[in-house]
Amino acid sequence: MYGNAQIDSKDKAKSLTEGEDPIKLAEFEARIIRGEKIEPKDWMPAAYRKQLIRMIEQHAHSEIIGALPEGTWITRAPGFRRKLALMAKVQDEVGHAQLLYSAAETLGKTREDMINDLINGKSKYSNVFNYPAMTWADTAIIAWLIDAGAIINQVTNSKGSYGPYCRALERICSEESFHLKYGHDNVVFLSTGTQQQREMVQDALNRWWTPIMHFHGPPDKVSQHTEVLMRWKVKMASNDDMRYRFLDEYVPKIWDLGLTIPDPKLRKNEETGVWDYTEPDWEEFKRVINGDGPCNKERLQVRRWAEEKGAWVRRALLKAESKYTIPLA
Amino acid sequence: MNYNETQLIAIKDFLYKIADDQLIIGHRNSEWTGLGPLVEEDIAFSSIAQDKIGQAQHIYEILHSLGEADADTIAFTRSAADFKSCHLVEYPIGEYDFSLMRNFLFNHAEKIRFEMLADTSLEQLGKLARKYRGEIKYHTMHADTWVKQLGRANEESHARMQTALNETFNLALGIFEESEYAGELKKMGIFEGEVILQQKWIEAITPILEAATLVIPDKNTWQPVYGGRKGYHTEYLEPMLVEMGEVFRLDPKAEW
Ligand SMILES: [Fe+2]
Ligand SMILES: [Fe+2]
Ligand SMILES: [Fe+2]
Repeated sequence: MYGNAQIDSKDKAKSLTEGEDPIKLAEFEARIIRGEKIEPKDWMPAAYRKQLIRMIEQHAHSEIIGALPEGTWITRAPGFRRKLALMAKVQDEVGHAQLLYSAAETLGKTREDMINDLINGKSKYSNVFNYPAMTWADTAIIAWLIDAGAIINQVTNSKGSYGPYCRALERICSEESFHLKYGHDNVVFLSTGTQQQREMVQDALNRWWTPIMHFHGPPDKVSQHTEVLMRWKVKMASNDDMRYRFLDEYVPKIWDLGLTIPDPKLRKNEETGVWDYTEPDWEEFKRVINGDGPCNKERLQVRRWAEEKGAWVRRALLKAESKYTIPLA
Repeated sequence: MNYNETQLIAIKDFLYKIADDQLIIGHRNSEWTGLGPLVEEDIAFSSIAQDKIGQAQHIYEILHSLGEADADTIAFTRSAADFKSCHLVEYPIGEYDFSLMRNFLFNHAEKIRFEMLADTSLEQLGKLARKYRGEIKYHTMHADTWVKQLGRANEESHARMQTALNETFNLALGIFEESEYAGELKKMGIFEGEVILQQKWIEAITPILEAATLVIPDKNTWQPVYGGRKGYHTEYLEPMLVEMGEVFRLDPKAEW
């Protein structure tokens, strides 16, 4: 659930199109079929707006919270080359948050409201960032494999229907490809280094494998909602599809480095071309996403600290006449 | 150029001082990553930090060419007593007002220092100084903009910035602690000295602080905080260095 649409189980609406003007709706859907992008001032169904806000906002939160586990290692990165690269990488992630908050704002929710919802726990962010980066090797695994998962997700979503989100994602993806290279290089050095380094990186992979398998979210429930979101090009691929793509591309690379993936069942079924694997513990996923992971409290505490400590600066930028107006169509 | 032993000591001392300041303040500024008051500031502080740390690395490389250890070893394995940084850069980031005011005071000193070094006789350093001018211009521009905005925006921000100035000013004067090798450096045409730098610095910061309606502490109260250039440091430096070297020191021979 980096940026992939999640169906809100609390969503009571019987149908996502309930109450919409059928003529406008038909026109809207025809535009999407023609491959046109929907822009902020265009007509759109309320459920489309709502889903996109939720998705882009969660994605933005994931970037800003995602800066924390790696950010704590900037001060400990070994050597100038790694220190500078990690700084630039985490900076990029914060930049992604900025781009995405702006993209979400075009749909009518202010950055302040989004950040408030983040720190009061109302809106979510990617589950993986509720796990700690225990050693330097964890940051290498994150930069390589979590960013790899994110790229698969983001490239897929950049072909979606909402213009501002697609454009933000295109820019983000070009930066992510550097992160991936940085992460891979880092893992290569560790896995071909001293015994201590090899152990560090294997331990980190063991720790991170479950969160990595969780990354694209649980298998989708087949529902009418899912169908509609796919038709609207809000959801571009099923969670399992993205997970397969990830496994297909990265498992061989991980094995190439002599690392062991902690799943004895993991292999590609040569006949079906499908990856067999042990389902990660989805109960753990649910627990963590609902607030009971190893770092949820800490992450939000840090974010809240930053918001509270920075409030006076933001107040000092406000002028009475420059009050924010919502750019609704 | 061939230097005698005293000259070499003088040059190294000078280079260590500059590079250590850059590394430490860069490291401190990087601690803002993910914690900035606005995402835009998060990004700006990181850019500035990256520049400073990159500059430190290049100056350590000059030191390496003069016979010192390589840049990574110099930065990641020395203990506090071997550092020549001033106290200003060592303090924890505190709140944004403190960090910003520290940047403002430090960046101006650094900008002028590098301007003075543009035609130094130490050619390797001159080349860097000329190259950095472009980068540092943005660092001072960033600090000036914020100091002016926050100094005047409202009562709260004004009070905070004035307090931050009061807290950092004597520390900033410590940047200009004169080296025992000052005469040597001047004779060699390497650097004109800290006294001139400090004068130029006061001239540079005064109009900006005035525009920000902030008041420089009265000259009679100035008490420069010295010691850093001689290896006497705040209690904050050693733990910071331990943290910085934590991974590198696991195995300094390993490639990371
Ligand atoms: Fe960057
Ligand atoms: Fe990102
Ligand atoms: Fe990334």
